[in-house]
Amino acid sequence: MKPRHRRMIWIAAGLGALGVATALVLNAFQSNLVFFYTPTQIANGEIPKSKSFRIGGMVEDKSLQRIPNSVGVTFVVTDSAKSVPVRFDGILPDLFKEGRGVVALGHLGADGNFVATDVLAKHDENYMPPEAAEAMRLAGKPIGAPAQFQQAPSAK
Amino acid sequence: MIPELGQLALVLALVAALVLGVMPLVGAYRNDAALMRQAGPAAMAQFLLIAFAFGCLVASFVANDFSVVNVATNSNSKLPVQYRVAASWGSHEGSILLWTLVMAVWTVAVALKSRHLPRVLAARVLGVMGLVNVGLLLFVLFTSNPFVRLLPGAPEGRDLNPLLQDPGMVFHPPILYVGYVGFSVAFAFALAALMGGRLDAAWARWSRPWTTAAWCFLTCGIALGSFWAYYELGWGGWWFWDPVENASFMPWLTGTALIHSLAVTEKRGTFKSWTVLLAIMTFSLSLLGTFLVRSGVITSVHAFATDPARGVFILIFLALVIGISLTIFAARAPRVGLGASFSLVSRESMLLGNNILLVVAMAAVLLGTLYPLVLDVLDAGKISVGPPYFDAVFYPLLAPALFLMGVAPLARWQQAPIPELAQRLKWAFAIALIGSIVTPLVLGDWSLLKVSGFLFAFWIVAASATAIVMRLKAAPQRTLWAKLGSNSASYYGMHVAHIGIAAFVFGVTMVKSYDVEKDVRVGIGDSVVAGAYKFDFKSVGDVRGPNYSGMSGRFEVTRDGKPVAQMQPEKRFYSTTKQTMTEAAIDHGLSRDLYVSLGNEIDSKTWEVRVQVKPFINWIWIGCLIMALGGVFAIADRRYHLRRKTAAATAHAPGAATAT
Repeated sequence: MKPRHRRMIWIAAGLGALGVATALVLNAFQSNLVFFYTPTQIANGEIPKSKSFRIGGMVEDKSLQRIPNSVGVTFVVTDSAKSVPVRFDGILPDLFKEGRGVVALGHLGADGNFVATDVLAKHDENYMPPEAAEAMRLAGKPIGAPAQFQQAPSAK
Repeated sequence: MIPELGQLALVLALVAALVLGVMPLVGAYRNDAALMRQAGPAAMAQFLLIAFAFGCLVASFVANDFSVVNVATNSNSKLPVQYRVAASWGSHEGSILLWTLVMAVWTVAVALKSRHLPRVLAARVLGVMGLVNVGLLLFVLFTSNPFVRLLPGAPEGRDLNPLLQDPGMVFHPPILYVGYVGFSVAFAFALAALMGGRLDAAWARWSRPWTTAAWCFLTCGIALGSFWAYYELGWGGWWFWDPVENASFMPWLTGTALIHSLAVTEKRGTFKSWTVLLAIMTFSLSLLGTFLVRSGVITSVHAFATDPARGVFILIFLALVIGISLTIFAARAPRVGLGASFSLVSRESMLLGNNILLVVAMAAVLLGTLYPLVLDVLDAGKISVGPPYFDAVFYPLLAPALFLMGVAPLARWQQAPIPELAQRLKWAFAIALIGSIVTPLVLGDWSLLKVSGFLFAFWIVAASATAIVMRLKAAPQRTLWAKLGSNSASYYGMHVAHIGIAAFVFGVTMVKSYDVEKDVRVGIGDSVVAGAYKFDFKSVGDVRGPNYSGMSGRFEVTRDGKPVAQMQPEKRFYSTTKQTMTEAAIDHGLSRDLYVSLGNEIDSKTWEVRVQVKPFINWIWIGCLIMALGGVFAIADRRYHLRRKTAAATAHAPGAATAT
């Protein structure tokens, strides 16, 4: 009788702990999912209020401006159909360039500007963020595969 | 000519791997000694052939043979020679070739060390490893051939990604791979034991040093990768919960669980099925990691051309490995049997608790890593899971594991009365508690998270010290030296590794709590104050390297007016890849790192600058090294070597080969 009791306690404790852990993980998971929206979706008002999300697209040519006396910048992200002004109070990554793909994490400010907390530009010159490519595709302007993904280097 | 020789060697290596994968297993099945004896020579042949092929690849890189696609894509004649060597594993093809080479090295090591193992077991272990390498070699030959020619040859190569032009590239991938692939030994031992239907203490004892060795390498490999990211990416982060990092962290978590589970199996004969399952899981996660990192599912510095054939191949390979091993497990597990029972509070139950926490943590990482990929594949939207999720999950999951880490070494096997444990550990707990409350007060900023971080770090050290002192007091020897010698090397190894964790936790808590970071616009002649340090921006000048040119800033750092360091962060432009790189200047120290990186040039006299003071950050990596050192102690334990001799003695007795 006693060993059986003990085993029952064991199993109950184990399942309980596992349940708590699972609940914890799933809860954290749900509250920390970051969704992705295109400039068009933002313009259509499809985004949730006061929640962080990512935008992707191309940095519009000649849209980059420095905010005087700080490290902050503003620029415009476009998917060719619609565009969103972005404000970022930080140092831009090395691979950030006008006319290139970009992904930014942040939220929509009251004035309709996207306030970025993080601007992502990844490790390679030819890299196109999948989100940026997706935004262009959805807006009907797909971009060709970046040179990185073409196998053989040109002989020249 | 050289690439063709390499290609030929690879094909022959595949033949050797097939021999290794088939003959010994058939031999073990039929109990045919002649077939089983093929394992050693086949393993050696496989190793020599792959090493030769790898040498051919390195030679092509060193000789700047741009008629090889791989070389033309990843190297350049201006690249310094050590990076040309490293570039041979900088590409997808080369890195997979390195995988198979490492696999062959482990196989030869097992073959050489297995002379004292029962012949059937050794044959099965080597056979399983051979089969795994058959899969890898097929992958190399059919989807990732590093020797493909480019005709006509390119006059110049496209150069290695500047981020990879670093000593880190020379050490990080090989060490990480040695760790990853090393778990194939634990995996092969588990499968071999299942096939034989005997999972006993002897099996666990044979498997343990191999598993610990793989774990040490993986620990060092991950730490090195983290350190590299810290100084090379230029912005001061040391862990990003990037899918690529997670890919290496998941096998580490289950590998850590496996080490502990193996200890229970050896000492108590329990947890046998669980140990086998962990061994399968750990190696499968190593393969999954390779799939994630190398297939191009995740685009990053680690992933290269996206070729769907590769992804499909690895996925099928992974499915086969997991499917076959789980099938064998399912068929044989009922015969494994249970070991000695244990009570609700005992060392076994605590180790089980730690195992479950580690596996749940792994599952949480897996969920966060794979879910966005699955949604993407199903075209159900693009989402991402960032550091906040992993942070939120990891603290509560690892906190109880850290607590148990202090208790378990003092708990008795089978049954550990709680009052006795409390009695033994009360001082350790009191010291840890007081230390953890006082430390943040002294540093001037108090919060529950900091207190808990310090509490666990101090707790582990205090509890380990208590455990060792009690052991020494109880030892019958007279002198301290003799008392110290009465404990096994692996006992000290355990505590060293645990103290490594404590150092790690301490470093993480310090950095997360007292890190100072400032992004500012600075003119030449101006200064930035961060924490107790003042950074004077003195000048900017030109720099020129073998394959880059750029700008270099000069900062003089003072603390209370006294000079501390001269720092020269750079902004480099690599002409071949047309890539700009931030080369941060770091002044390392045991109690703090100073970190300066140049942002963008605003005008000729003004730059954006990030200045950081990172307290105790080096303890993070030092902690990892201490962990690995603990592993080295454990492997050095005399009993693995002594008992091998007794095992050899029984193996030579007639009929014992099949019985053991």
